[in-house]
Amino acid sequence: MSNKIRLATVWLDGCSGCHMSFLDMDERLLELADKIELVSSPIMDAKDVPPNIDLTLIEGAVSSEEDLHKALAFRKNSKLVMAFGDCAVTGNVPSMRNMFDVDEVYNRAYVETADTQKQVPRSVVPALLARARPVHEVIHVDVHLPGCPPNADIIFYVLSELIAGRMPDPMKIGKFG
Amino acid sequence: MSESILTLSIDGKDVSAVAGQTILEVARENGIAIPTLCYLQGLTPVGACRMCLVEVKGVPKLLPACVTRAAEGMEVTTQTPRLQEYRRTIVELLFAERNHVCAVCVSNNHCELQDLARRVGMNHVRVPYRYPRLGVDATHPRFAVDHNRCVLCGRCVRVCDEIEGAHTWDFMGRGIECRVITDMNQPWGSSETCTSCGKCVHVCPTGTLTEKGRAAAEMKKRLQFLPYLTLMREARP
Ligand code: SF4
Ligand code: SF4
Ligand code: SF4
Ligand code: FES
Repeated sequence: MSNKIRLATVWLDGCSGCHMSFLDMDERLLELADKIELVSSPIMDAKDVPPNIDLTLIEGAVSSEEDLHKALAFRKNSKLVMAFGDCAVTGNVPSMRNMFDVDEVYNRAYVETADTQKQVPRSVVPALLARARPVHEVIHVDVHLPGCPPNADIIFYVLSELIAGRMPDPMKIGKFG
Repeated sequence: MSESILTLSIDGKDVSAVAGQTILEVARENGIAIPTLCYLQGLTPVGACRMCLVEVKGVPKLLPACVTRAAEGMEVTTQTPRLQEYRRTIVELLFAERNHVCAVCVSNNHCELQDLARRVGMNHVRVPYRYPRLGVDATHPRFAVDHNRCVLCGRCVRVCDEIEGAHTWDFMGRGIECRVITDMNQPWGSSETCTSCGKCVHVCPTGTLTEKGRAAAEMKKRLQFLPYLTLMREARP
């Protein structure tokens, strides 16, 4: 049996910048690859939420019904969940819509600023929740890693600590924004 | 007349103070760091933000170091788990009260609130965010005010009144409705008292008051002018 850490990464309402920053770890990814087995991620093809995940990194705010569904499902199957980046930790840019009603937001995006087909989609596109929320408001979060995005050094530090079985304190070197 | 010298202890260290000095002044002279937000050297301290709360032996309530005078024999503690927890909560409440989105703020990386968050170990906000609908006033030819970032520290009000002598800024409303306003709550650009000196912009600890034409993370505040102005004023016959 492999004793590698089973890692999942999830992309909710974020710009993918946090995932880009993850890839920015460059050659250190090889070092991590010896200790980690990636079991689900937007950068690979995995349709279902895998079982027995050790650590899930969640990028992005919880903004739509689909986001909520994913957050709950990955929480259920993960030992540790990390809010990965400002959107996940604070709501950040996606939460800037929260001062408006969701109907106003739909109207702005699909009617007022559209040139053709001025209508709000009622299928295919996941329905928005009333507010874009930080991940910890909908599920328990074990580690908060702020930063927009958190830089590769701090991601490496936090992952290395977690792999070594220690609880990191990202605020020692991290910051919001 | 000789000044009377007091002896007290801060965090177990014996220190001396000149009568009239505040706990904060004495602590800073002795290299003991107490976090502050509304306090700014050179302006009248007002004790508004409560970041600087300390414990004094024998006193049941917590005292703001910036407005509490040092006294003979006082035993002050500046870092207890209770104080650290309160300070963190204060910072969280400030983040939840308005819309602070550091990533797109002109003051990103140069913001006293952002620095405080790190200093008090705030890794997330445990209270629900309010998301108030607040505006931006960009009617002044050179400056703008973004109420989404205001922490109501009142530094702008005091510098404009006490140093510039214009008293353009003031507060309006109470509690959660409180706002900073220019003149009679009119657009800044139509103010008849503002001299456009820019002092308020540079003492503002957050990205609320800014120079126009700055993109995200470009607004650096220059606070150095204040001690000079205060010194010059004190040196006047
Ligand atoms: S925290 Fe910043 S980089 Fe990460 S998803 Fe949000 S906007 Fe993108
Ligand atoms: S620019 Fe000067 S005069 Fe105008 S509001 Fe600011 S401090 Fe007052
Ligand atoms: S505008 Fe700036 S200086 Fe004035 S009260 Fe708000 S945060 Fe403080
Ligand atoms: S710094 Fe003392 S109350 Fe604000």
